[in-house]
Amino acid sequence: MTVRVVLPGMLRDLVGGVAELPVELDANAPLGQVLDAAFEPWPILGTRVRDERGEIRRHVNVFVDGEDAKRAAGVGTPVTPSSTVHVINAVSGG
Amino acid sequence: MSETVVGIGTRKGLWLARSTDRVSWQLEGPHFLMSEVLSLLFDTRRGSPRLLVGFRSSHWGPSLQHSDDLGATWAERPEGSIAFPADTDTALKATWQLVADPHDDQVVWAGTEPQGLWRSADGGETFELNRGLWEHPHRPEWGEGFGGGAIHTVLPNPTDPQSMLVAMSTGGVYNTRDGGASWSPGNTGIRAYFMPHDEWPEFGQCVHKVARDTAKPTQLYAQNHRGVYRSDDDGVTWTSIEEGLPTNFGMTAVAHPTQGDSLWLVPIASDGERIPPGAQLQVQRSDDAGATWRTQAQGLPSPSYTNVLRDAAGTDTDDEPGLYFGTRNGEVYASTDGGESFTRIAEQLPDVLCVRAVTLS
Repeated sequence: MTVRVVLPGMLRDLVGGVAELPVELDANAPLGQVLDAAFEPWPILGTRVRDERGEIRRHVNVFVDGEDAKRAAGVGTPVTPSSTVHVINAVSGG
Repeated sequence: MSETVVGIGTRKGLWLARSTDRVSWQLEGPHFLMSEVLSLLFDTRRGSPRLLVGFRSSHWGPSLQHSDDLGATWAERPEGSIAFPADTDTALKATWQLVADPHDDQVVWAGTEPQGLWRSADGGETFELNRGLWEHPHRPEWGEGFGGGAIHTVLPNPTDPQSMLVAMSTGGVYNTRDGGASWSPGNTGIRAYFMPHDEWPEFGQCVHKVARDTAKPTQLYAQNHRGVYRSDDDGVTWTSIEEGLPTNFGMTAVAHPTQGDSLWLVPIASDGERIPPGAQLQVQRSDDAGATWRTQAQGLPSPSYTNVLRDAAGTDTDDEPGLYFGTRNGEVYASTDGGESFTRIAEQLPDVLCVRAVTLS
């Protein structure tokens, strides 16, 4: 099964303009492992979304099947093989 | 023909002001739109000048990039240039200072938030954390100024490769004399009025900026949160030089790049009134190491209610050095006569966080 990792428009120029990064998954896996696989070919993208500890940056939100991972188990949030993961820049700033 | 380039780091990106006569200026930018540009270095120690920029996006975190063609193209290491080692369980928040080493033209120093000192041996592409300072027993007790817990001043000693000063708010000044292996606080004589039980602590002072004298490398000047000081022993002990100034508060301090005993401050009315003294935007200059001061304000606006942050002032490398500073309301002023008169070279920018200038032949 293929997990869809959907990127925000602001990050798509880092990956050649694509909107989604597919990740092949046979069984449930923690979100951190899915993001590792999705970002592996795109290390700059990885540093934009997560810090060097692997944590999701403060003003970035990652949704797993519509649920905010920071309100679940963060990078430990389970992802199923049929999940959709959305990476979104939080609504903030001035 | 020489060209002067002024790097203007703002809350929302980087602009470059370029001039061949320091009279008319062309403004280029923004680079890194919507990112806070906190640190700049024009590194002229190589064939073509390298511009190093430390910035952070509120969404996408900190980054350090360099350009070897003055901003036409930028390079970034995919895994980042500065990253805390896994055993520190720490994430980089921002790079607040980038400094060229005076002894090795491949070495660049960086000061970061959280309070880290970093050394690059490859011109600023990869950095290694200084463990001596990171593991200092005082570190858990260092506080955070309004700008966060950052090493905002890094001053290698130009005559002694083993000696360096760093400063942070609110931790104070620290010195090494063994190439960074060990560090000692250097705050004797600096008052920390805000400490309720000990106004003369070993560390914890809120230093805003330290500048090193051009002619006497062991003579330093510190603009503190309420207090202006000089050290004559390479940053160990300090004496007040605030007499004669309109106020003892301000953020930045700039040493004259070619003339010893000379420096500029930009005073702020007080910590409770962060506007220019008397609402006159002004520079204070001393040519006798802080014994006397004179006001320089020709060409600067009054009334003015803006402010100049700790790294928002710098000098170029012309034989007759230019002085530049940027304000929180997005204006940049330049002087080519030592501060006697100023002209505005940029306006309507976002608030200015750092200014660095260079003269290129």
